[in-house]
Formats: sequence, C-alpha cells, structure tokens
Amino acid sequence: MDVRNLTCIGCPLGCALKVEMENGEVLSVSGNTCKRGDDYARKEVTHPTRIVTSTVAVTGGDIAMVSVKTQNDIPKEKIMDIMKSIEDIKVEAPVHIGDVIVANAADTGVNIIATKDIKKVG
Amino acid sequence: MYDVVIIGAGVTGSSSARELSRYNLNICVIDKEEDVCCGTSKANSAIVHSGIDCKPGTLMAEMNVKGNELMEPLSKELDFEFKRNGSLILCFAEEDMPHLKELYQQGIDNKIPDIKILNKEELHEMEPNISDEAVAAIYAPSGGIVCPFGMNIAMAENAYDNGVEFRFNTEVRTIKKIEGGYELATNNGSIRTKCVVNAAGVYADKFHNMVSAKKIHITPRRGEYCLLDKTTGGLVSKTIFQLPGKYGKGILVTPTVHGNTLIGPTADDHDDPESTSTTAEGLAHVCQAATRSVPSVPVRQVITSFSGNRAHEDNHEFIIEELSDAPFFVDAAGIESPGLTSAPAIGVKVADIVCGLLKPEKNPAFNGTRKGIVDPKKLSEEEYAKLIKEKPAYGNIICRCETVTEGEIIDAITRSLGAKSLDGVKRRTRAGMGRCQAGFCSPKTMEIIGRELGLSQLEITKNGGKSNMVVGYSKKSAQEV
Amino acid sequence: MSSYDIVIIGGGPAGLAAAASAKRNGIDSILILERDSQLGGILNQCIHNGFGLHTFKEELTGPEYAKRFIDQVEELKIEYKLNTMVMDIADDKTITAMNRTDGLFKIEAKAIVLAMGCRERSRGALNIPGFRPAGVYSAGTAQRLVNIEGYMPGREVVILGSGDIGLIMARRMTLEGAKVKVVAELMPFSGGLKRNIVQCLDDFGIPLKLSHTVVDIRGKERLEGITLAEVDNHGKPIPGTEEDYTCDTLLLSCGLIPENELSRGIGVDMNAITSGPSVNESLETSIEGVFACGNVLHVHDLVDFVSEEAAAAGKNAAKYVQNNCTMGEAGKEIPIIATDGVRYTVPKTIHVNRMEDELVVRFRVGAVYKNSYITTYLNDKQIIHRKRPIMAPGEMEEIKLKKSELEAFGGLENITVKIEEA
Repeated sequence: MDVRNLTCIGCPLGCALKVEMENGEVLSVSGNTCKRGDDYARKEVTHPTRIVTSTVAVTGGDIAMVSVKTQNDIPKEKIMDIMKSIEDIKVEAPVHIGDVIVANAADTGVNIIATKDIKKVG
Repeated sequence: MYDVVIIGAGVTGSSSARELSRYNLNICVIDKEEDVCCGTSKANSAIVHSGIDCKPGTLMAEMNVKGNELMEPLSKELDFEFKRNGSLILCFAEEDMPHLKELYQQGIDNKIPDIKILNKEELHEMEPNISDEAVAAIYAPSGGIVCPFGMNIAMAENAYDNGVEFRFNTEVRTIKKIEGGYELATNNGSIRTKCVVNAAGVYADKFHNMVSAKKIHITPRRGEYCLLDKTTGGLVSKTIFQLPGKYGKGILVTPTVHGNTLIGPTADDHDDPESTSTTAEGLAHVCQAATRSVPSVPVRQVITSFSGNRAHEDNHEFIIEELSDAPFFVDAAGIESPGLTSAPAIGVKVADIVCGLLKPEKNPAFNGTRKGIVDPKKLSEEEYAKLIKEKPAYGNIICRCETVTEGEIIDAITRSLGAKSLDGVKRRTRAGMGRCQAGFCSPKTMEIIGRELGLSQLEITKNGGKSNMVVGYSKKSAQEV
Repeated sequence: MSSYDIVIIGGGPAGLAAAASAKRNGIDSILILERDSQLGGILNQCIHNGFGLHTFKEELTGPEYAKRFIDQVEELKIEYKLNTMVMDIADDKTITAMNRTDGLFKIEAKAIVLAMGCRERSRGALNIPGFRPAGVYSAGTAQRLVNIEGYMPGREVVILGSGDIGLIMARRMTLEGAKVKVVAELMPFSGGLKRNIVQCLDDFGIPLKLSHTVVDIRGKERLEGITLAEVDNHGKPIPGTEEDYTCDTLLLSCGLIPENELSRGIGVDMNAITSGPSVNESLETSIEGVFACGNVLHVHDLVDFVSEEAAAAGKNAAKYVQNNCTMGEAGKEIPIIATDGVRYTVPKTIHVNRMEDELVVRFRVGAVYKNSYITTYLNDKQIIHRKRPIMAPGEMEEIKLKKSELEAFGGLENITVKIEEA
C-alpha cells in the first residue's frame, strides 16, 4: 500500500490530506474537512490538473499584454505545452473578457481565453 | 588639444570645472561612470562642516572654513538645497570635558564663527531628544546640511552651460607626458591636454603615481549609513556629532535638507575602491551608535542604507597643487571629509593654480546663475495650477512617496547633462528616493526615460554600464517592432 | 469647488465595492479618485486565478474579479476620475487632488472612504547588507513588469519572503522561462497561503527554505549573486550556514504596509500593529465621517474579504451622510482587547447601539496554532470557543458578534479575543 500526503488546494484552509493507494487505486482519503478535499485528493493522485494563467501580446491596445487563462483545468503535465502554445500569439485590440485566444490549446480540448478587456487606442 | 582635462565629475571636479569656465579655456571633464556624482560625492553625510575639528593651519582647515562661507551664496546662485541648521558636538562624560574644551579652542583657532560650549541644560533645551548621558556640547551655528547630488549636479550643469565638455563612460587607463602637455589613454580613445586636474577621488593616487616619482597613497575608507523615513523629520534640528575619535567624526545623527534623518557613517579601511557594499556589522553599528546620541532614533524607520568610500590619504591632508616633478599636472587629491564642504573653495584654488599656469583671458559669456528643476511643491497653489495648465505633465505624479511629477522627470532628462538612468533621475528629482524605494515608480520612470531618449526598455539602466533593469520580453511576440 | 456626499480615495477592489455599496444604500453623489490609468487597482496585475471563491462561488483571475466590480460601478453610474492623485485631505474634509487635465483642484466631501491599499516592504526597509545593483525588485514591481508591460526582469531568480505575491511570482517567472532557484523565508513558517506553496513551488520543484534570509547582495551593476543563511529563533543569521547563489534577480515579498500618508495627514489615530487607522464598528476612523476599508486598514489575505469589508464601509458612509453627518447616538465605546496570540482586531472598538445585527471582527494570529481555540469573552464571560485545526499568521481569522447578545449583557466593559491552546 502507498500513502501520499497532500495539501489540499481547494480553498485557503489548506487541509493536510492523507491518501492510501494500492495498484493505482485510491483506497481512502483522510484529513479533509469537506467534499472538495476528497475530490481534490482523488484527482491529484490519479490525474492531477491545473488552471494555467499567463499573458499574450496585444497590438493596438492601451496596454501591451492581455491576461489569459485556460478555460478549464488541464492535465498538470501539459502546463509547459500550454505556455508554448501562446509563445508566438499576438492578438489585436480590442479584446474582451472571455474571447477565445487559442482554441483547443496543446490538444487538451481546452480553450485559452482572455481575462481582461483591452481597449483599442489610436 | 584641450587646455584642461579634469579627471572626475564628482564635487571636486565639477567645482573646478565651473570655476575654470569663468575663463576662455577649452575644458573637458571625464568620468568613468555614466553621470556626474557617482562616487564619493553621492554617498556621504551631506554635511557642511563648521570646521572645528580640522587641525589649525592645515589646508583642510582653510578649505573647510572658506567652503562653508561660500556655500550659501553658491546655493542661491546655482539653486541647490542648503540649510545652515547648526551643529552640536556631544560630550558624554565629565572626564572628556578637557577634550571638548581643546576642541573648542581649536575651533577658535580655526576662526569658526560664534561657537560656544553649552551645558547640559542648554543642550537639552536646544535638542530635547538628545541623550540624557550627554553632559555638554559645542554648538557651531555655522554648521549646515546640503543636498550633495543637487550641489554636484548644479555645479556640473553650470560648467556645461558655460562651455565645458563632459565625457562619461570614459575611464583613464594611462597618462603619458607629451610635448606641451599630457596624453590620456582611455577606453574611448586618447585625449590630449595641456593641463590635467586630478580630481579622481579614491583613484587620485593611481593617476598621481602615473606621472610623479613622489608617490602618494589613498585608502578607500568605507562609511555606511542608514536613511530614515521622513516621519522622523523632527527628531533633531541640528547635526549631532559625537566627540571625534581616531577614525573620524564618530556616528552622526542629522536631518537632511529633504526632511529625512540620516545616521552614520562607520569608518572601515579596505583596499577595493569599487566596493560600496554595506555590511551587517556596519549597519548594526550605525543603528546602535546613533542611539547613543539620540536614544529614540527609530531604527525601524530605515528606508534605505548605503555606503561610500572616503579617499583617505596617508597624511590626512588635502593635496591641491601642481606636482613639482610633473608640470601642468594639478592634484586635487586626498579629498575626504570635509571634502563636500570644501568643494567650492577647492574649485577656486584649483582654478587659481591652473590660471597661474595657462594665464587665460576671462570668459565674457560666463553666466554663473543656474536654475534647478522646478519643484512644484514649493510653488503657491496658483503658480502650481498655472504650471500644470502650461505643461500638463506637472499634473501627473510619478513618484508617490516624494510626489515627483512627470514634468520634473522630463526636465531632469532633457536639461543640460540630463539623466540617462533611473539613478540619474533619482538624484535629480528624488523620484524613487522615498519610502517605497521606487517600487511603484520605477516602471513608469523607465517608460519616460525610454520615450524621452528614444531607448528601448531593454536599454534602460539603473546606473549605466550593465545595470539593465529588464533582460528581455516575457513572450517572443511581445518584442517591439 | 465641487462637492460630493462621499468621496472614495482609491479605485481598487476596496474603493469599488465601497462605492457600489454606498450607491445601493441611497447615495447618488459619489466620486472615486484613482491614481492609476484604470480602475481595479493591484488586481489588474494579479492575473492568476483563485479570486472570488467566497463572493462569486467561482475561481476568477484578478482582472476578472476587478471587472465584476468595475461593471457595477459603471452600471450604477458612479463618477470616477482616473490618473488623479490626492495630495491632501484637510480637517474639514476638503480634498486637494491633481491630474493632467483638471490641474490642481479641490473637492468638498461630507464623508470620505479611505481605500488607498498598501505597498510592499522594500529592500531598504529590510536593511539587507551588500551592494545595490539593478535586479533587486519587490515582487509586485516585477509582477507589473511581467504581466502588464511584458518584460522579464531577469532569468535566474531568488525570492526572499514567502508572501503570496512572492509565491505567485515564483510560478509566473518559471512559466515564462526563468529559473527560480529558491524561495527563502525568515520565519519558521510561510507567510503565504498553503495552496500557493503547492501550486506555485511544489508543482515546479522550487525549494522553500524556512528560517533563512539573504545576508549579502553581490554585483556592482547588475545583480550577480546573493548569500542565504539560516537564522536562529531571533531571526539572526547563524554563522557557518551561508550558501551562495548565482542569480541576476532577487525578488522581495516580505510583507505589505498600508499606505496611510493621507490618513496621517488628516490626523486619524493609527493602530501600531496593523499600520492602518484604528476603526470602530462602523469602520469609522477617529475622525467622524472618515471611513477606511481594504488593505489601507489592515492587510488582507483574500480580496473577497476586502470587498465584504468595503461594502460595509460604503454602507456606513451612506448612513452617516443620510443621518445629517453623524452616526447617531454614540453610547459607550467598548474596546476589543486582542491578546494571547491575537495580534489585533478590526474593528478595535464597538458602540453596541450602532452595530449591525451581526458584526464580523477580523484578526490575525501571531504564530502557527494547531488544534487551538478562538475564544471571545464579554468581560470575563466566554461567549465563543471555536476549535480551529490550524491557524497561521498568513491567513485572516474572524469571529462574529451578535448585537442582541451584547445588548443583553449587562455592564459590558470590554470584549477580549484570544487563542487558547488545546
């Protein structure tokens, strides 16, 4: 039996979680104070995921960069692939919150969307 | 071929340049740094000493007293901050009273005006926050405080406006005697001149020794300081010294012309003129020793600490003369404290020596008046409102802590010998010198420097050389076209 | 001179929420003064997610969270001025402000809400010895450079301080291709949220060294390296534990300081622990009609609590204006005593007759406590005894006081909030 100790990231409480596993199967989760902790622990030991946030260059806007995020969480091991997918992207102002910047980024099935409004200037 | 090349754009070199610009001379000031006021002149006590503690009869004493006298008219002529706030030298023990009295007598011998010994009661009435341990003090009303950057920059700007050339990022490697003068080999080519003024601070011995068989030796003497928040402004009104010991004037506590409190310096001899690092021990000593004079010094209000090197010559005396074995090579060497105070007088003396050699005509176009950067805080509300109307950039605050406007920063960059770096802007306007230490304003100041000088942000430096503020773009696609 | 019922100094999360709340509580004449070129304050550069779980029950990024409040301000047609710096607030609540277009101007206010936020502790304030090269940034300055302007402050990074901005920047710099070598923390515990340690450091294998500090900074022009050392229980470096790191960037995330220059200018009483104004149950400072909320009052851990607090401040400011510039009968002012591990409370005093039915009292603890109790006493009578599995200085705690309970208690002299260990 494997034991994995985690810190829950579901909320600021940061519960110390203990996950007991055997052959890749979760046997039990303890230490959590809510359902979110249980969900997080099971996911984290089998297929961990993260939201990725970054910025993309903008032309013709009131500021140089627009902030973006993956619309949903993506597999943790794909974080750097997501970053690569926006390395060369340049969007034109105006940009609105929720605009799709990259569809199906790094083949995750998840879109990268803008998280800030950028006004067009000039 | 230049008539005069001055090595060093600190206070000594800049004062000499300004005094020499009164004459029809072809003058060039060279400095290895990117701006004026980058060495000892930028990191010191910012004190205009009364001159009590100079040994009577020395050149140091003479220059100190003359420099002190010249400072006030000069500050008006050149528009820099100076205040004659007076100074106190504290005595902490009855058994040291003879020493205090000797010092008082020395002050009389040096002809320091209006000095007197205060008893404990008079002392505490004058400065309520002084330690109860202080039993007496010498009061010197002629002591003062000055903005060292303001003074150095003002003298250099005025010299420039009167025709003196300045070459920065130019480091002298060798000096060779040639027919009718000297040839200076630098990283930016060679420069020929009839006369050299050696105002190179901690490097003055190096250049002296290149041309003279009579060697001198200068030791960089580190002084560490802590600058306290403006909320400590009223702590003391006078500059508070402790009775001097072997290594200079002890730890002082002084208001600055801008309303902060400055404590320091340590005195620590070392061998690297480039080393301006502070040390944990030094800073701890400064904070601890300052509380001896003023027990309530709020050392938690430190906003920055810094260190500078005094150019301590082995004989602890200014050397201001033409070298006996190197004609037309004029030293202004060994300029340690009270060098800042003495600078106006040293400039005059250097100019006298050089004029004796070159016998120049007067410069009829010389204009000794210079206007500094307008500080809107000193204007009336009506004047301020009018200024913003004319130049809206004065309505845009860039540095919140010191309330410095975009207008002032633009002026600092675009005026004679303008700022090229963040530190250059800081020394001219105080942007970034306040309690947040440029946390908020540096990105904005970088943008203004870039715009005014046509530089990419990647080229903007803190203080020239390789001190770039940013190293690249976060995304390839963010690169400017 | 123009005049407004309520002037709000600062258009960040606190100012926006205070304005929206004041408007909803019946005040039409409101003006927000913001020094930056956009509303939203520091949230604009906090592009990471994790905001709004309490308020909106979803995880938003900083700009998205800000947008929700900016939209409210726009929809409520609340007036604001951008790029406008408040220079001074006079005793009679006359505000002197300045910008490029209006120049220097004055505004009369019946009530003022202070919402200026905070700034980062600088290298100078930390008094770290060494050289002063380029490459030493506060974490927030670096965050602005990367996220708003698109520049990299450096490539090889050491971070001092494990506050949330420092942790967030460790991940941010890593994602953009920099190598973050270590995060050092003077205290034996992190000042940031645990989830940030997991997501920002552990995910990228960045080591966190607790009880460590920077003892030397090298490099004459650009930063070349730093020295870390372990510290003892008093925070003093232990000789012999020094380790050198080569780096071109040192980011400092060593605490936030409320920006109260204006507050001090008008002379409000300050709380030495929070560095913010001392306020009563109405979030009113020692000067009547001057309210404070958000990070200018005390540094918060989550923006959700800033919004909540600011809404209360806005509502109280509205009440003050509607009530002919008074909060009503004062009654007795009951002090809240923070002791035994509770560093401070906001509010610091309570007029029972003026409080809402339920009043949230927020505070921070001074050390890490496990399985301990938050307790509250009215005089000597315990009314709250709540177990908390873990409490840490990096996270805010709260209790709720009920007006009915306080009213029913005869002879109330003081309220004590403290931690009782198991």
